[in-house]
Amino acid sequence: MRAPSLRTLAIATAIVLVAGYALAFFWAPEDADQGFIQKIFYLHVPLAILALIGFMVAAVHSIQHLRTGDPVHDVRSYVSIHLSVIFGVAVLLTGAIWAKGAWGVWWEWREPTLVSFLIVFLLYATYYPLRYSVEDRERQARYASVFAITAGAFVPLNFAAVRAADPFIHPRTFSSAGGLPGEMLLAFLVCLVGMALLWVSLVRFELASKAASADLGRLRRALAPGETMPGPSSRAVAPVGVSTASMSADTPRERGIERA
Amino acid sequence: MIPLALAEAESYVGAAYLVFVTLLLIYLAIMAGKLERIQRELRSLAGLAERPREEQR
Repeated sequence: MRAPSLRTLAIATAIVLVAGYALAFFWAPEDADQGFIQKIFYLHVPLAILALIGFMVAAVHSIQHLRTGDPVHDVRSYVSIHLSVIFGVAVLLTGAIWAKGAWGVWWEWREPTLVSFLIVFLLYATYYPLRYSVEDRERQARYASVFAITAGAFVPLNFAAVRAADPFIHPRTFSSAGGLPGEMLLAFLVCLVGMALLWVSLVRFELASKAASADLGRLRRALAPGETMPGPSSRAVAPVGVSTASMSADTPRERGIERA
Repeated sequence: MIPLALAEAESYVGAAYLVFVTLLLIYLAIMAGKLERIQRELRSLAGLAERPREEQR
């Protein structure tokens, strides 16, 4: 089955997100306990779920990378982590605003849910310096994959540990979502699907940009082998050696993968 | 828990959604900058590719 084009995906994302937030604001009832401020739930929780799933997707790509040695999986793992870290920043900021409105504090160190998410976020924040610290591209990709697998395994373990701990003030998401009235649950699920589509669209967008950069690098080397032109630094933190052609081919050999 | 007054709750909800939109816009602006750099480089490479043909003439 062919994956939908980036344009189709972007349009679907916009439609589902607008529908989801229209349902959340104009159709779903106000929370009896928290009132209007509970509307942050429809943004904060899907962002958190997607960030954590994104970290696990990165781990799956990293396993593929170590198994096959195919750099495409390294790029996909890198981009998944990158987007999930950005979503993680949004989770922490929107969560702090919600906490201030609902509990009167920006942060609560005694709450396991908050602290565990911060630990996961900070763990993934160390991914970039790890990549930067290794100059050799192949070793960099291998080390990054080992990191992504280890940290990815930590995500569900961490989630289970938080479920097992006693909550301080933060409700447990899946049990609270399961107890939502029908309208709230439907609005939440549409927002979750919209956010998932946004995550996939942004991943595809960034992968396309990286593939274009790699193609340019190949062109530059073919046209002006001796000339120095502005381009990605040889010590770039992001993997750049996968061209557009390689994204659609089936095997690494067919793809003619370049190693920068 | 006593719910906040609507006006106060609105400002928190507005701030949370604004933070998300701002982050998204910053990300898109950075990506737009990258695409602009790719376009610029592509133009200079196109110039390089055309140079030998002009020299032959």
